[in-house]
Amino acid sequence: MALRKLATALLAAAALGLPGAVQAQQNDGTQFMLVNAYWTGPFAAGGSAFGGGMIDYYRMLNERDGGINGVKLSWEKCETQYQNDRIVECYERFKGHNGGLALFHPMSTGGAYAVLERAQKDLIPVITIGYGRTDASDGRVFPYKFPMLTNYWSQNTAKIRFMGAQEGGMDKLKGKKIANVYLESAYGKETIPVLDEQAKRYGFSVQHFAVAAPGLDQKAVWLQIARQLRADWVILRGWGVMNPAALKEAERVGFAREKIVGVWWSGSEEDVVPAGDAAEGYISAAFNGSGTHFPVIQDVIKHVYDKGNGELPRERLGQVFYARAMVWAIISAEAIRDAQAMFGKRPVVGKEVQQALEKFAMTPERVKKLGAEGLVPPFSLSCKDHEGGAAVRFQQWKGGKWVPIGDWVAVDKDMVRPMIEASAAAYAKEKSLTPRSC
Amino acid sequence: MLEMIYLDPLFAIEVVVSGLLSGIMYSLVALGFALIFKASGIFNFAQGAFVLFAALTLVSLIEGALFGVKLPLLLAAAVTLVIMVVYGMAVERLVLRPLINQSLIILFMATIGLNFFTEGFAQMLWGAQVKRLDLGIPEKPWEGLRLATGITLSVFELVAAAIAGVLVLGLTLFFSKTTTGRALRAVSDDNQAAMSVGIPLQHIWAVVWAVAGIIALVAGMLWGAKLGVQFSLSLLALKALPVLIIGGFDSIVGVIVAGLIVGASEKFAEVFVGPYFGGAIENWFPYVLATVVLLIKPQGLFGEKIIERV
Amino acid sequence: MIYRESGQFKTSYAADQAMFPIRQDRIFIALLLVAAVAVVPVVVSEYAIRSILMPFLILSIAAIGLNLLLGYCGLISLGTAAFMAVGAFSAYKLATGIPDLPIVLNFILAGLVTAVVGMAFGLPSLRIKGFYLAVTTLAAHFFVEWTITKFGWFTNYSPSGVISAPPLDVFGIAIDSTTEKYWFVLAWVLVLAVLAKNLVRSSVGRAWMAVRDMDVAAAVIGVPILKTKLLAFAVSSFYCGIAGALYVFAYIGTVEPQAFDLNRAFQVLFMVIIGGLGSILGSFFGAAFIVTLPIFITLAAAPFGGQIPAEVLSNLELIIFGILIVFFLIVEPLGLARLWQIGKEKLRLWPFPH
Repeated sequence: MALRKLATALLAAAALGLPGAVQAQQNDGTQFMLVNAYWTGPFAAGGSAFGGGMIDYYRMLNERDGGINGVKLSWEKCETQYQNDRIVECYERFKGHNGGLALFHPMSTGGAYAVLERAQKDLIPVITIGYGRTDASDGRVFPYKFPMLTNYWSQNTAKIRFMGAQEGGMDKLKGKKIANVYLESAYGKETIPVLDEQAKRYGFSVQHFAVAAPGLDQKAVWLQIARQLRADWVILRGWGVMNPAALKEAERVGFAREKIVGVWWSGSEEDVVPAGDAAEGYISAAFNGSGTHFPVIQDVIKHVYDKGNGELPRERLGQVFYARAMVWAIISAEAIRDAQAMFGKRPVVGKEVQQALEKFAMTPERVKKLGAEGLVPPFSLSCKDHEGGAAVRFQQWKGGKWVPIGDWVAVDKDMVRPMIEASAAAYAKEKSLTPRSC
Repeated sequence: MLEMIYLDPLFAIEVVVSGLLSGIMYSLVALGFALIFKASGIFNFAQGAFVLFAALTLVSLIEGALFGVKLPLLLAAAVTLVIMVVYGMAVERLVLRPLINQSLIILFMATIGLNFFTEGFAQMLWGAQVKRLDLGIPEKPWEGLRLATGITLSVFELVAAAIAGVLVLGLTLFFSKTTTGRALRAVSDDNQAAMSVGIPLQHIWAVVWAVAGIIALVAGMLWGAKLGVQFSLSLLALKALPVLIIGGFDSIVGVIVAGLIVGASEKFAEVFVGPYFGGAIENWFPYVLATVVLLIKPQGLFGEKIIERV
Repeated sequence: MIYRESGQFKTSYAADQAMFPIRQDRIFIALLLVAAVAVVPVVVSEYAIRSILMPFLILSIAAIGLNLLLGYCGLISLGTAAFMAVGAFSAYKLATGIPDLPIVLNFILAGLVTAVVGMAFGLPSLRIKGFYLAVTTLAAHFFVEWTITKFGWFTNYSPSGVISAPPLDVFGIAIDSTTEKYWFVLAWVLVLAVLAKNLVRSSVGRAWMAVRDMDVAAAVIGVPILKTKLLAFAVSSFYCGIAGALYVFAYIGTVEPQAFDLNRAFQVLFMVIIGGLGSILGSFFGAAFIVTLPIFITLAAAPFGGQIPAEVLSNLELIIFGILIVFFLIVEPLGLARLWQIGKEKLRLWPFPH
């Protein structure tokens, strides 16, 4: 009975405590950053690196420079478990926190869709770097959405160009068979239209293979690819456990890993290490470099880890996911720096960051000054183009390391842009929006 | 052209045989469920999380999580075994004993709570990183067979199948030959009656949970070596469920037979029927198959028949 | 003292059959209603309405639905999330296909579509019992998830499979602000809860309970098993379908089929079990508990954010959630509704407990 009393008391405390728990707060003089990530759930291996890496960078800025132009950064973490409703809850909980969100990373393609309209109304820019809704690259229809660097469609054009180059010219792709192995989700399905379009243009055939989430067992798919279709190339569009499982199956059915090209969500250490030898030779795309040799990561080690304040085990520092978190944090911080240049050296709000982002330019000089040469590719945004269309790099897993192959590959903007504009126009029509003119 | 490929008998055989091997891997996970259900009538949803916990513990010990000492595989497995046995018994003591005599659905929900706890506990202790587990068994195709027939079967899965076979044989012997095993069967038939003839119920249950922990370790080792040790191992429970149900919840042999049926039919359906619907039917196909089997035999293929009286 | 029912006599059949026979209960419910309709939108922060009250109310509907099936008719279903998905996507198809359809009618139609789907997947319940049935409802879950993901027709051929709800309006009045959406959802909750409460007190409800307690015996006394079980599935799915439609139209706005994954089904099942099987009020308690618990744990953990790495903190939240679930099941397996009842009985004697 004592237990029952305790239970009742807990409930009563809960009922009393909840209503006033969260309210909009006044700014305390710091720039508030929300670190939205997933430390638990099926994709925690990636999420913990993203969340930890971004916190590390913000902490380093505070330690090394005293924040951005003297404005210290403050942050809160929010656990999303990679679930859309929790992402929305995080957004709602923190949108007015400490003066309000200056920008929001949903950290999942589905989440990006879910907060799109809310953020538009609240004037908070939604930043998705390397993921998220592709057609939002059209800034005229989506003023508060920034799918930066390279979207999925652009990335895909680079991938086909890479394959063409490997075959010895784009004309050699004619008659080739490409299998698109994708995770059955918003993220996985997104490239089907652009692949079909490219197949028409270059004369190769493409067959799509859906893998039901989470993709623990893909034997059937790989048997079809290797023994029935006998594909020339495979595009692997996986996430989480699906990637090592795919590589293992590929080895089992004897499909050459050198002919598998993964997207950048299939190209981290977490995707290949569990597959062991099966991953040797596997190729993946990347929008960022990796390693600890970049001056900016050295600064993180010096100012954060050497003082014992790091979020992650040290051995994860040079890995692909960590480097990606650095890219996200750097771009976020630089967007705030630009907004400060336009509106004054104080904590900025979403509306101001949006204006700064539409003029955002990551020039090669700026990248160098940040100590991130080779880590962040140069790109620039405009009111019309919220993507930037940065080049894509390819890397191969060799002897326990990602080794870059060749140079950065430019994306085919001429092909993707009309598709984006058509899709965005359809969205605008459905929602009866009038696109901005710019 | 396509039709001709579809009719290739060798390819069909290859699909079915690899399906059978996949099925055995599911059976390994399902065994843990069946064991606990047989002994206590509890549907332990946390079994998947147990697999994750066992695999993570093992690989962390190998990598030197304990005082920085890198344990060799066998020693690490032994230590993990002890940990799993203790964990299983603790679960019995702290979660299930207080819930004794509650309805099945309450017990089921408690194991879902336990599932959350175990997932969180395992990852807090050992981290969320994906880790590699190398048992030294190659995943390569079996060359001799490939050269002779063109069929590729993985050595790893053949070994796994053998291990599963040994496990089933051992459990069957345990249930039919040992005193504890017989006591277990008595308990599963009617725990009131078993208690009245002097079988120590709680002692028996502790044994069962400990054994379930051991099975989780074996499944965790094999699946961990296959996919890497990571959170998704706990999702294996969903793959094991239809196997469990087709076999009948409380039959050890049933689990193996059902595993073979599910594995083979699922792969066959995905390769030969799936393309007509755009594929990825593997998630629901086993469940629909299970429903069909249940409509014919409501307690599964090998489940004990329940006779209802008014 | 205040909660004393002596002196209240039932002098008519109507009074005897009233939903809340005790005057104090009626006053309490009336006050609660006034508070929910008028006070909450003024006092409670926008965040709490949008992220706590809305999911609470919407999932309460699903919990009532499942409770009708599980608590009253004794049929275990893990298909709740799938039925919510059917409701959500039917409402979306109806809204985009027939833009002039009034939203209330749309939702009712979506609910009916879900009811039909629910009945189809409820058919095996005639032969399959207990946990076996639970697993066959998983067949419904995975099949529905696959169908919606696979066939572009359900999402109007959106390349990513994500749907975005058109704006809401009821008889020409746009439902746009948080408060309006809250009222809209609240109205559905009230109507459906009253309906459920009356349904379980009617002959239908008694037939369900007879089947739950022992279906062979129920058949012997003349309860048509097929009709009763299928009706339970139909009504339950209808509730889930409406909950799904509200989830998209009034709460999240944009969903992909994966929003209704198996965790959602477990979440609703937890609400029913923790709230109390066979209690409409319990469904609300359970929904409140399960929706607020994770947020609570997060808030309670927030002050430690600086000292503990985020990774440990997140897993700690999961651990505490698991422990609390097991704890409540051990302490009160009959659910929060039972605690409520005990509280009421204590109050009846207060301040003279002996």
